[in-house]
Amino acid sequence: MTVRSVILEQITRVGEQQRRQLAPLTDSLPLLDSGLDSLCLAIIVAGLDDELGLDPLSASDDVEFPVTLGEFIKLYENAAA
Amino acid sequence: MLQPSRRSLWDLVAPEAASPTRFLADPQTRILVRDLADSTTLSAKPETLRGLSVMISTDRQLLTALALIELDGIARRIVLCTPDLSPAFVQSAMIDGEVDVVVTDGGGPTREVDHTLKTIRIGTRLRETHVTADRSVDTEWILFTSGTTGRPKLAMHTLTSLVGPLVDNPAAGRIPVWSTFYDIRRYGGLQIMLRALAGGGSQVFSSAAEPVADFLKRAGECGVTHISGTPSHWRRALMSGATASMAPDYVRLSGEACDQAILDSLQRAYPHANVAHAFASTEAGVAFDVRDGKAGFPAALIDAKGSGVEMRVEDGSLRIRSSRTAARYLGDVAPALSNEVGFIDTGDLLELRGDRYYFIGRREGIINVGGQKVHPEAVEAVINEHPAVSVSRVSARKNPITGAVVVAEIVLKPTATPANAEFQAIVEEIRKLCHDRLDPHQVPVTFREVPSIEVAASGKLVRPRA
Repeated sequence: MTVRSVILEQITRVGEQQRRQLAPLTDSLPLLDSGLDSLCLAIIVAGLDDELGLDPLSASDDVEFPVTLGEFIKLYENAAA
Repeated sequence: MLQPSRRSLWDLVAPEAASPTRFLADPQTRILVRDLADSTTLSAKPETLRGLSVMISTDRQLLTALALIELDGIARRIVLCTPDLSPAFVQSAMIDGEVDVVVTDGGGPTREVDHTLKTIRIGTRLRETHVTADRSVDTEWILFTSGTTGRPKLAMHTLTSLVGPLVDNPAAGRIPVWSTFYDIRRYGGLQIMLRALAGGGSQVFSSAAEPVADFLKRAGECGVTHISGTPSHWRRALMSGATASMAPDYVRLSGEACDQAILDSLQRAYPHANVAHAFASTEAGVAFDVRDGKAGFPAALIDAKGSGVEMRVEDGSLRIRSSRTAARYLGDVAPALSNEVGFIDTGDLLELRGDRYYFIGRREGIINVGGQKVHPEAVEAVINEHPAVSVSRVSARKNPITGAVVVAEIVLKPTATPANAEFQAIVEEIRKLCHDRLDPHQVPVTFREVPSIEVAASGKLVRPRA
Protein backbone atom coordinates (compact mmCIF):
# COMPACT_ATOMS: atom_id res chain seq x y z
CA MET A 1 0.00 0.00 0.00
CA THR A 2 1.20 3.48 -0.80
CA VAL A 3 1.49 6.21 1.80
CA ARG A 4 -1.32 8.00 -0.01
CA SER A 5 -3.71 5.07 0.18
CA VAL A 6 -2.91 4.44 3.86
CA ILE A 7 -3.68 8.09 4.64
CA LEU A 8 -6.92 8.13 2.68
CA GLU A 9 -8.06 4.91 4.32
CA GLN A 10 -7.19 6.28 7.77
CA ILE A 11 -9.15 9.48 7.10
CA THR A 12 -12.19 7.55 5.90
CA ARG A 13 -12.08 5.24 8.93
CA VAL A 14 -11.76 8.06 11.47
CA GLY A 15 -14.48 10.00 9.68
CA GLU A 16 -16.83 7.03 10.10
CA GLN A 17 -15.83 6.43 13.72
CA GLN A 18 -16.39 10.08 14.57
CA ARG A 19 -19.58 10.17 12.53
CA ARG A 20 -18.35 12.96 10.28
CA GLN A 21 -19.68 13.98 6.91
CA LEU A 22 -16.52 14.18 4.81
CA ALA A 23 -16.05 16.28 1.66
CA PRO A 24 -14.72 14.45 -1.42
CA LEU A 25 -11.04 13.76 -0.66
CA THR A 26 -9.20 15.67 -3.38
CA ASP A 27 -5.67 17.05 -3.16
CA SER A 28 -6.89 20.63 -3.30
CA LEU A 29 -9.32 20.14 -0.41
CA PRO A 30 -8.39 22.46 2.50
CA LEU A 31 -8.17 20.31 5.64
CA LEU A 32 -10.32 22.79 7.55
CA ASP A 33 -13.13 22.26 5.03
CA SER A 34 -12.80 18.48 4.98
CA GLY A 35 -15.26 17.87 7.80
CA LEU A 36 -12.41 16.76 10.08
CA ASP A 37 -11.99 18.73 13.29
CA SER A 38 -8.72 18.90 15.22
CA LEU A 39 -9.61 15.83 17.31
CA CYS A 40 -10.14 13.83 14.11
CA LEU A 41 -6.80 15.06 12.77
CA ALA A 42 -5.13 14.15 16.06
CA ILE A 43 -6.55 10.63 15.83
CA ILE A 44 -5.46 10.32 12.19
CA VAL A 45 -1.93 11.48 13.02
CA ALA A 46 -1.72 8.96 15.89
CA GLY A 47 -3.03 6.19 13.63
CA LEU A 48 -0.52 7.00 10.90
CA ASP A 49 2.27 6.96 13.47
CA ASP A 50 1.20 3.42 14.39
CA GLU A 51 0.69 2.22 10.83
CA LEU A 52 3.56 3.93 8.99
CA GLY A 53 5.91 4.67 11.89
CA LEU A 54 5.88 8.27 10.73
CA ASP A 55 4.97 11.40 12.66
CA PRO A 56 6.42 14.24 10.56
CA LEU A 57 4.46 16.93 12.43
CA SER A 58 6.27 16.00 15.66
CA ALA A 59 9.60 15.34 13.99
CA SER A 60 10.75 18.94 14.09
CA ASP A 61 9.58 22.25 15.49
CA ASP A 62 9.58 24.22 12.26
CA VAL A 63 7.32 22.00 10.19
CA GLU A 64 4.96 24.10 8.17
CA PHE A 65 1.48 22.90 8.89
CA PRO A 66 -0.19 21.55 5.73
CA VAL A 67 -3.21 23.49 4.54
CA THR A 68 -4.61 21.14 1.92
CA LEU A 69 -5.01 17.38 1.87
CA GLY A 70 -2.44 17.24 -0.93
CA GLU A 71 0.12 19.00 1.26
CA PHE A 72 -0.68 16.69 4.13
CA ILE A 73 -0.06 13.61 1.99
CA LYS A 74 3.11 15.19 0.54
CA LEU A 75 4.46 15.74 4.06
CA TYR A 76 4.14 12.03 4.82
CA GLU A 77 5.47 10.98 1.42
CA ASN A 78 8.57 13.14 1.95
CA ALA A 79 9.04 11.73 5.45
CA ALA A 80 8.82 8.19 4.08
CA ALA A 81 11.29 8.85 1.25
CA MET B 1 -14.13 1.29 71.65
CA LEU B 2 -12.58 4.70 71.50
CA GLN B 3 -12.41 6.71 74.68
CA PRO B 4 -11.87 10.45 74.54
CA SER B 5 -9.13 10.28 77.21
CA ARG B 6 -5.69 9.06 76.20
CA ARG B 7 -5.51 5.30 76.00
CA SER B 8 -2.53 3.60 74.50
CA LEU B 9 -2.72 0.93 71.86
CA TRP B 10 -1.75 -1.57 74.57
CA ASP B 11 -4.79 -0.43 76.58
CA LEU B 12 -7.04 -0.89 73.55
CA VAL B 13 -5.63 -4.33 72.78
CA ALA B 14 -5.80 -5.31 76.48
CA PRO B 15 -3.79 -8.56 76.23
CA GLU B 16 -4.45 -9.37 79.89
CA ALA B 17 -8.19 -9.52 79.25
CA ALA B 18 -8.14 -10.83 75.70
CA SER B 19 -10.36 -13.67 74.56
CA PRO B 20 -8.28 -16.86 74.27
CA THR B 21 -9.11 -17.11 70.57
CA ARG B 22 -7.83 -13.68 69.52
CA PHE B 23 -4.73 -13.86 67.38
CA LEU B 24 -2.35 -12.02 65.09
CA ALA B 25 -1.09 -14.09 62.17
CA ASP B 26 1.17 -13.82 59.16
CA PRO B 27 2.19 -16.67 56.79
CA GLN B 28 4.86 -17.89 59.25
CA THR B 29 3.52 -17.30 62.74
CA ARG B 30 0.34 -17.07 64.76
CA ILE B 31 0.52 -15.25 68.09
CA LEU B 32 -2.26 -15.27 70.64
CA VAL B 33 -3.01 -11.75 71.86
CA ARG B 34 -3.30 -13.07 75.42
CA ASP B 35 0.30 -14.28 75.33
CA LEU B 36 1.51 -10.69 74.89
CA ALA B 37 0.65 -9.93 78.52
CA ASP B 38 3.76 -9.73 80.74
CA SER B 39 6.07 -10.28 77.81
CA THR B 40 8.04 -8.47 75.16
CA THR B 41 9.26 -9.30 71.69
CA LEU B 42 11.97 -6.61 71.80
CA SER B 43 15.63 -7.27 72.58
CA ALA B 44 15.57 -4.40 75.10
CA LYS B 45 13.02 -3.46 77.72
CA PRO B 46 10.36 -1.18 76.20
CA GLU B 47 11.00 1.20 79.11
CA THR B 48 14.48 2.00 77.70
CA LEU B 49 12.76 3.64 74.72
CA ARG B 50 10.77 6.07 76.84
CA GLY B 51 10.63 9.52 75.32
CA LEU B 52 12.66 8.57 72.25
CA SER B 53 11.94 8.83 68.54
CA VAL B 54 11.79 5.29 67.17
CA MET B 55 11.90 4.17 63.54
CA ILE B 56 10.28 0.79 62.89
CA SER B 57 11.73 -1.07 59.91
CA THR B 58 10.74 -4.71 59.45
CA ASP B 59 10.25 -7.21 56.67
CA ARG B 60 7.24 -8.74 58.40
CA GLN B 61 4.13 -6.69 59.09
CA LEU B 62 3.37 -8.79 62.16
CA LEU B 63 6.55 -7.54 63.83
CA THR B 64 5.71 -3.93 63.11
CA ALA B 65 2.33 -4.56 64.73
CA LEU B 66 3.95 -6.02 67.84
CA ALA B 67 6.35 -3.06 68.09
CA LEU B 68 3.44 -0.62 67.82
CA ILE B 69 1.50 -2.36 70.57
CA GLU B 70 4.54 -2.28 72.85
CA LEU B 71 5.81 1.22 72.11
CA ASP B 72 2.74 3.44 71.70
CA GLY B 73 2.48 5.50 74.87
CA ILE B 74 6.18 5.01 75.67
CA ALA B 75 8.05 6.41 72.65
CA ARG B 76 7.81 10.11 71.90
CA ARG B 77 7.51 9.39 68.21
CA ILE B 78 7.17 6.33 65.98
CA VAL B 79 8.24 6.55 62.33
CA LEU B 80 6.64 3.71 60.36
CA CYS B 81 8.77 2.69 57.37
CA THR B 82 6.90 1.40 54.35
CA PRO B 83 8.72 -1.65 52.97
CA ASP B 84 9.61 -0.22 49.56
CA LEU B 85 11.07 3.06 50.82
CA SER B 86 14.29 4.00 49.02
CA PRO B 87 17.46 4.41 51.16
CA ALA B 88 17.58 8.15 50.44
CA PHE B 89 14.07 8.63 51.83
CA VAL B 90 14.94 6.53 54.90
CA GLN B 91 17.93 8.76 55.57
CA SER B 92 15.96 11.98 55.21
CA ALA B 93 13.20 10.54 57.40
CA MET B 94 15.80 9.71 60.07
CA ILE B 95 16.78 13.39 60.06
CA ASP B 96 13.31 14.90 59.73
CA GLY B 97 11.95 12.47 62.32
CA GLU B 98 14.88 13.10 64.71
CA VAL B 99 15.14 9.35 65.05
CA ASP B 100 17.08 8.00 68.08
CA VAL B 101 16.58 4.26 67.74
CA VAL B 102 15.77 1.77 64.99
CA VAL B 103 13.59 -1.22 65.87
CA THR B 104 14.05 -3.91 63.24
CA ASP B 105 13.86 -7.62 62.46
CA GLY B 106 17.00 -7.13 60.38
CA GLY B 107 14.91 -6.36 57.33
CA GLY B 108 12.89 -3.47 56.07
CA PRO B 109 14.30 -0.46 54.23
CA THR B 110 16.89 0.46 56.92
CA ARG B 111 18.85 -2.65 55.92
CA GLU B 112 20.13 -0.77 52.87
CA VAL B 113 21.11 2.31 54.89
CA ASP B 114 24.40 3.02 56.67
CA HIS B 115 23.58 4.61 59.99
CA THR B 116 25.04 4.84 63.47
CA LEU B 117 21.76 4.84 65.38
CA LYS B 118 21.17 2.38 68.17
CA THR B 119 19.39 -0.76 66.90
CA ILE B 120 16.94 -2.91 68.84
CA ARG B 121 15.84 -6.26 67.46
CA ILE B 122 12.31 -7.54 67.36
CA GLY B 123 11.17 -11.10 66.72
CA THR B 124 8.20 -13.35 67.30
CA ARG B 125 9.67 -15.06 70.38
CA LEU B 126 8.07 -13.72 73.51
CA ARG B 127 10.33 -13.00 76.48
CA GLU B 128 8.85 -12.59 79.92
CA THR B 129 9.16 -9.13 81.38
CA HIS B 130 7.41 -6.78 83.73
CA VAL B 131 5.35 -4.75 81.35
CA THR B 132 5.30 -1.10 82.22
CA ALA B 133 1.99 0.32 83.29
CA ASP B 134 2.89 3.83 82.23
CA ARG B 135 1.86 4.35 78.64
CA SER B 136 0.75 7.94 79.02
CA VAL B 137 2.98 9.57 76.38
CA ASP B 138 0.89 10.95 73.51
CA THR B 139 3.10 9.29 70.91
CA GLU B 140 3.33 10.87 67.46
CA TRP B 141 2.79 8.36 64.67
CA ILE B 142 4.61 9.34 61.50
CA LEU B 143 3.25 7.78 58.30
CA PHE B 144 4.63 8.01 54.78
CA THR B 145 2.03 9.24 52.31
CA SER B 146 1.18 6.87 49.48
CA GLY B 147 1.07 9.41 46.69
CA THR B 148 1.02 7.88 43.24
CA THR B 149 3.89 10.09 42.13
CA GLY B 150 6.85 11.91 43.57
CA ARG B 151 8.52 11.91 46.93
CA PRO B 152 6.55 10.53 49.89
CA LYS B 153 5.75 13.03 52.61
CA LEU B 154 5.71 12.35 56.35
CA ALA B 155 2.28 12.90 57.85
CA MET B 156 1.96 13.21 61.61
CA HIS B 157 -0.90 11.44 63.37
CA THR B 158 -1.63 10.37 66.92
CA LEU B 159 -3.42 7.22 68.00
CA THR B 160 -6.47 9.40 68.65
CA SER B 161 -6.60 10.72 65.08
CA LEU B 162 -5.99 7.21 63.74
CA VAL B 163 -8.68 5.45 65.74
CA GLY B 164 -11.15 8.31 65.25
CA PRO B 165 -12.68 6.47 62.28
CA LEU B 166 -13.41 3.47 64.46
CA VAL B 167 -16.80 4.85 65.39
CA ASP B 168 -18.13 3.44 62.12
CA ASN B 169 -16.89 -0.05 62.96
CA PRO B 170 -19.51 -2.37 61.48
CA ALA B 171 -21.40 -4.42 64.02
CA ALA B 172 -20.26 -8.01 64.18
CA GLY B 173 -22.00 -10.87 65.92
CA ARG B 174 -18.85 -12.90 66.45
CA ILE B 175 -15.28 -11.93 67.18
CA PRO B 176 -14.24 -10.25 63.92
CA VAL B 177 -11.18 -11.48 62.08
CA TRP B 178 -9.83 -8.64 60.00
CA SER B 179 -7.49 -8.75 57.08
CA THR B 180 -6.30 -6.47 54.36
CA PHE B 181 -4.42 -6.64 51.10
CA TYR B 182 -2.78 -3.41 52.22
CA ASP B 183 0.48 -3.29 54.04
CA ILE B 184 -0.28 -2.12 57.58
CA ARG B 185 2.51 0.42 57.35
CA ARG B 186 0.29 2.43 55.02
CA TYR B 187 -2.72 4.36 56.21
CA GLY B 188 -5.26 2.04 54.55
CA GLY B 189 -3.78 -1.04 56.18
CA LEU B 190 -3.08 0.58 59.52
CA GLN B 191 -6.74 1.59 59.74
CA ILE B 192 -7.80 -2.01 59.38
CA MET B 193 -5.32 -3.31 61.93
CA LEU B 194 -6.42 -0.67 64.43
CA ARG B 195 -10.03 -1.67 63.85
CA ALA B 196 -9.06 -5.25 64.64
CA LEU B 197 -7.01 -4.40 67.69
CA ALA B 198 -9.31 -1.78 69.20
CA GLY B 199 -12.48 -3.68 68.32
CA GLY B 200 -11.51 -6.89 70.12
CA GLY B 201 -10.76 -8.72 66.89
CA SER B 202 -7.98 -10.74 65.33
CA GLN B 203 -5.80 -9.71 62.42
CA VAL B 204 -4.42 -11.67 59.48
CA PHE B 205 -1.47 -9.94 57.79
CA SER B 206 -0.76 -10.10 54.08
CA SER B 207 2.75 -10.58 52.75
CA ALA B 208 4.21 -9.06 49.61
CA ALA B 209 5.88 -12.37 48.77
CA GLU B 210 2.66 -14.38 48.92
CA PRO B 211 0.67 -15.07 45.73
CA VAL B 212 -2.87 -13.66 45.85
CA ALA B 213 -4.51 -17.09 45.65
CA ASP B 214 -2.43 -18.31 48.63
CA PHE B 215 -3.38 -15.25 50.64
CA LEU B 216 -7.08 -15.77 49.93
CA LYS B 217 -6.78 -19.42 50.95
CA ARG B 218 -5.01 -18.48 54.18
CA ALA B 219 -7.65 -15.82 54.87
CA GLY B 220 -10.31 -18.49 54.46
CA GLU B 221 -8.48 -20.89 56.78
CA CYS B 222 -8.11 -18.16 59.40
CA GLY B 223 -11.85 -17.42 59.21
CA VAL B 224 -11.50 -13.82 58.00
CA THR B 225 -14.78 -11.94 58.41
CA HIS B 226 -13.74 -8.42 57.38
CA ILE B 227 -11.30 -7.64 54.60
CA SER B 228 -10.19 -4.52 52.74
CA GLY B 229 -8.13 -3.52 49.73
CA THR B 230 -7.93 -1.10 46.85
CA PRO B 231 -10.00 -1.73 43.71
CA SER B 232 -6.71 -2.83 42.10
CA HIS B 233 -6.12 -5.36 44.89
CA TRP B 234 -9.64 -6.70 44.44
CA ARG B 235 -9.35 -6.94 40.64
CA ARG B 236 -6.27 -9.08 41.14
CA ALA B 237 -8.17 -11.23 43.64
CA LEU B 238 -10.96 -11.72 41.09
CA MET B 239 -8.40 -12.54 38.40
CA SER B 240 -6.81 -15.18 40.65
CA GLY B 241 -9.97 -17.26 40.41
CA ALA B 242 -9.57 -18.00 44.14
CA THR B 243 -12.14 -15.66 45.67
CA ALA B 244 -14.22 -18.66 46.81
CA SER B 245 -11.39 -19.65 49.21
CA MET B 246 -12.85 -17.29 51.79
CA ALA B 247 -16.30 -16.16 52.83
CA PRO B 248 -16.12 -12.72 54.45
CA ASP B 249 -19.11 -10.84 55.87
CA TYR B 250 -17.68 -7.46 55.00
CA VAL B 251 -15.69 -6.50 51.92
CA ARG B 252 -14.26 -3.02 51.77
CA LEU B 253 -12.63 -0.97 49.02
CA SER B 254 -10.67 2.24 49.43
CA GLY B 255 -7.61 4.06 48.17
CA GLU B 256 -8.66 4.50 44.54
CA ALA B 257 -11.80 5.63 42.73
CA CYS B 258 -14.22 2.72 42.93
CA ASP B 259 -16.35 2.05 39.84
CA GLN B 260 -19.68 0.23 39.61
CA ALA B 261 -18.15 -2.73 37.73
CA ILE B 262 -15.83 -3.73 40.58
CA LEU B 263 -18.59 -3.30 43.18
CA ASP B 264 -20.92 -5.53 41.16
CA SER B 265 -18.21 -8.15 40.56
CA LEU B 266 -17.43 -8.36 44.27
CA GLN B 267 -21.08 -8.57 45.22
CA ARG B 268 -21.44 -11.49 42.79
CA ALA B 269 -18.34 -13.15 44.24
CA TYR B 270 -19.59 -12.63 47.81
CA PRO B 271 -23.39 -12.52 47.62
CA HIS B 272 -23.80 -12.59 51.42
CA ALA B 273 -21.22 -9.92 52.18
CA ASN B 274 -21.72 -6.25 52.77
CA VAL B 275 -19.61 -4.67 50.00
CA ALA B 276 -18.67 -1.15 51.05
CA HIS B 277 -16.33 1.48 49.74
CA ALA B 278 -14.69 4.21 51.72
CA PHE B 279 -12.80 7.39 51.19
CA ALA B 280 -9.61 7.80 53.18
CA SER B 281 -6.17 9.25 52.68
CA THR B 282 -3.05 9.38 54.82
CA GLU B 283 -3.46 13.11 55.28
CA ALA B 284 -7.23 13.46 55.53
CA GLY B 285 -8.06 10.27 57.41
CA VAL B 286 -11.27 8.35 56.86
CA ALA B 287 -14.05 10.59 55.56
CA PHE B 288 -16.95 8.25 54.91
CA ASP B 289 -18.14 4.73 54.11
CA VAL B 290 -20.68 3.99 51.36
CA ARG B 291 -22.68 0.83 51.87
CA ASP B 292 -25.52 1.00 49.35
CA GLY B 293 -23.57 -0.93 46.73
CA LYS B 294 -23.40 2.04 44.37
CA ALA B 295 -20.37 3.92 43.11
CA GLY B 296 -19.99 7.52 44.24
CA PHE B 297 -21.56 8.92 47.39
CA PRO B 298 -24.75 10.78 48.32
CA ALA B 299 -24.44 14.50 47.66
CA ALA B 300 -26.04 15.13 51.06
CA LEU B 301 -22.73 14.22 52.72
CA ILE B 302 -21.22 17.45 51.41
CA ASP B 303 -21.68 20.34 53.84
CA ALA B 304 -23.58 18.00 56.19
CA LYS B 305 -23.32 18.85 59.88
CA GLY B 306 -22.84 16.65 62.88
CA SER B 307 -20.98 13.65 61.49
CA GLY B 308 -17.61 14.70 62.90
CA VAL B 309 -16.24 15.09 59.39
CA GLU B 310 -16.89 18.18 57.33
CA MET B 311 -16.63 17.95 53.58
CA ARG B 312 -16.69 20.65 50.93
CA VAL B 313 -16.17 20.82 47.22
CA GLU B 314 -13.93 23.68 46.13
CA ASP B 315 -12.43 24.12 42.66
CA GLY B 316 -13.91 20.73 41.89
CA SER B 317 -11.98 18.80 44.54
CA LEU B 318 -12.97 17.26 47.85
CA ARG B 319 -11.86 19.16 50.97
CA ILE B 320 -12.01 17.54 54.39
CA ARG B 321 -11.82 18.85 57.94
CA SER B 322 -12.05 16.47 60.88
CA SER B 323 -10.32 15.26 64.03
CA ARG B 324 -9.02 12.36 61.96
CA THR B 325 -6.82 14.42 59.70
CA ALA B 326 -3.06 14.37 60.16
CA ALA B 327 -1.75 17.24 62.30
CA ARG B 328 0.98 18.34 59.90
CA TYR B 329 3.78 17.23 57.64
CA LEU B 330 7.19 16.68 59.18
CA GLY B 331 10.38 18.19 57.80
CA ASP B 332 12.13 21.49 57.11
CA VAL B 333 10.65 22.10 53.70
CA ALA B 334 7.28 20.55 54.46
CA PRO B 335 4.31 22.32 52.84
CA ALA B 336 1.24 23.30 54.83
CA LEU B 337 -1.08 20.32 55.08
CA SER B 338 -4.33 22.23 55.39
CA ASN B 339 -5.56 25.72 54.65
CA GLU B 340 -5.98 28.38 57.34
CA VAL B 341 -9.38 27.04 58.41
CA GLY B 342 -8.19 23.46 58.67
CA PHE B 343 -9.53 21.98 55.44
CA ILE B 344 -7.28 19.54 53.59
CA ASP B 345 -7.43 19.51 49.80
CA THR B 346 -7.50 15.82 48.86
CA GLY B 347 -6.74 16.54 45.18
CA ASP B 348 -9.54 14.12 44.32
CA LEU B 349 -11.91 15.63 41.79
CA LEU B 350 -15.66 15.18 42.04
CA GLU B 351 -18.53 15.46 39.59
CA LEU B 352 -22.17 15.81 40.62
CA ARG B 353 -24.54 13.57 38.67
CA GLY B 354 -28.09 13.52 39.96
CA ASP B 355 -27.98 13.25 43.73
CA ARG B 356 -24.54 11.64 43.92
CA TYR B 357 -20.98 12.77 43.66
CA TYR B 358 -18.57 10.60 41.67
CA PHE B 359 -14.79 10.59 41.85
CA ILE B 360 -13.54 11.40 38.38
CA GLY B 361 -9.80 11.41 38.99
CA ARG B 362 -6.82 13.10 40.55
CA ARG B 363 -6.00 16.71 39.81
CA GLU B 364 -2.43 15.84 38.80
CA GLY B 365 -3.63 13.04 36.50
CA ILE B 366 -5.70 15.16 34.12
CA ILE B 367 -5.01 14.67 30.41
CA ASN B 368 -5.36 17.77 28.27
CA VAL B 369 -6.72 17.02 24.79
CA GLY B 370 -6.71 20.25 22.82
CA GLY B 371 -7.69 22.24 25.90
CA GLN B 372 -10.36 19.80 27.01
CA LYS B 373 -9.81 17.86 30.20
CA VAL B 374 -9.95 14.11 30.44
CA HIS B 375 -9.87 12.20 33.72
CA PRO B 376 -8.34 8.76 33.15
CA GLU B 377 -10.44 7.16 35.90
CA ALA B 378 -13.70 8.34 34.32
CA VAL B 379 -12.77 6.69 31.02
CA GLU B 380 -11.57 3.52 32.78
CA ALA B 381 -14.91 3.29 34.61
CA VAL B 382 -16.71 3.06 31.25
CA ILE B 383 -14.23 0.58 29.73
CA ASN B 384 -14.43 -1.62 32.85
CA GLU B 385 -18.18 -1.99 32.33
CA HIS B 386 -17.52 -4.26 29.36
CA PRO B 387 -17.98 -7.83 30.63
CA ALA B 388 -14.74 -9.08 29.05
CA VAL B 389 -12.57 -6.44 30.73
CA SER B 390 -10.72 -7.23 33.93
CA VAL B 391 -8.90 -3.93 34.36
CA SER B 392 -7.89 -1.00 32.21
CA ARG B 393 -5.52 1.92 32.36
CA VAL B 394 -5.97 5.14 30.44
CA SER B 395 -3.09 7.49 29.78
CA ALA B 396 -1.95 10.33 27.54
CA ARG B 397 -0.08 9.99 24.28
CA LYS B 398 1.68 13.03 22.87
CA ASN B 399 0.12 14.43 19.76
CA PRO B 400 1.20 17.30 17.49
CA ILE B 401 -2.39 18.45 16.81
CA THR B 402 -4.04 18.45 20.24
CA GLY B 403 -1.02 18.15 22.54
CA ALA B 404 -2.24 14.76 23.69
CA VAL B 405 -4.74 12.08 22.87
CA VAL B 406 -6.16 9.39 25.14
CA VAL B 407 -4.98 5.79 24.84
CA ALA B 408 -6.07 2.71 26.75
CA GLU B 409 -4.49 -0.54 27.85
CA ILE B 410 -6.79 -3.44 28.64
CA VAL B 411 -6.38 -6.68 30.54
CA LEU B 412 -9.08 -9.17 29.57
CA LYS B 413 -10.64 -11.60 32.01
CA PRO B 414 -9.03 -15.05 31.88
CA THR B 415 -12.34 -16.52 30.75
CA ALA B 416 -12.40 -14.12 27.84
CA THR B 417 -8.89 -14.67 26.49
CA PRO B 418 -9.49 -14.50 22.77
CA ALA B 419 -7.49 -14.95 19.64
CA ASN B 420 -6.34 -11.61 18.30
CA ALA B 421 -9.23 -11.35 15.86
CA GLU B 422 -11.67 -11.61 18.74
CA PHE B 423 -9.83 -8.91 20.67
CA GLN B 424 -10.53 -6.56 17.76
CA ALA B 425 -14.23 -7.42 18.03
CA ILE B 426 -14.17 -6.65 21.77
CA VAL B 427 -12.37 -3.38 21.06
CA GLU B 428 -15.11 -2.35 18.66
CA GLU B 429 -17.71 -3.03 21.37
CA ILE B 430 -15.71 -1.04 23.90
CA ARG B 431 -15.21 1.77 21.42
CA LYS B 432 -18.96 1.92 20.86
CA LEU B 433 -19.58 1.89 24.62
CA CYS B 434 -17.16 4.80 24.98
CA HIS B 435 -18.70 6.75 22.09
CA ASP B 436 -22.15 6.33 23.62
CA ARG B 437 -21.11 7.41 27.09
CA LEU B 438 -18.21 9.84 26.71
CA ASP B 439 -17.39 13.02 24.87
CA PRO B 440 -15.45 12.42 21.64
CA HIS B 441 -12.16 13.73 23.08
CA GLN B 442 -12.43 11.29 26.01
CA VAL B 443 -12.67 8.21 23.81
CA PRO B 444 -9.32 6.39 23.59
CA VAL B 445 -7.69 6.59 20.18
CA THR B 446 -6.12 3.16 20.60
CA PHE B 447 -6.89 0.13 22.73
CA ARG B 448 -4.02 -2.20 23.40
CA GLU B 449 -4.31 -5.62 25.01
CA VAL B 450 -1.71 -6.17 27.73
CA PRO B 451 -1.18 -9.24 29.95
CA SER B 452 -1.17 -7.20 33.16
CA ILE B 453 -1.05 -3.66 34.51
CA GLU B 454 1.42 -2.83 37.21
CA VAL B 455 0.07 -2.20 40.68
CA ALA B 456 2.34 -0.22 43.01
CA ALA B 457 3.22 -1.37 46.51
CA SER B 458 0.57 1.06 47.72
CA GLY B 459 -2.07 -1.08 45.99
CA LYS B 460 -2.82 1.58 43.40
CA LEU B 461 -2.43 1.38 39.64
CA VAL B 462 0.93 2.73 38.53
CA ARG B 463 0.20 5.79 36.42
CA PRO B 464 2.88 7.10 34.09
CA ARG B 465 3.26 10.86 34.19
CA ALA B 466 1.61 12.49 31.21
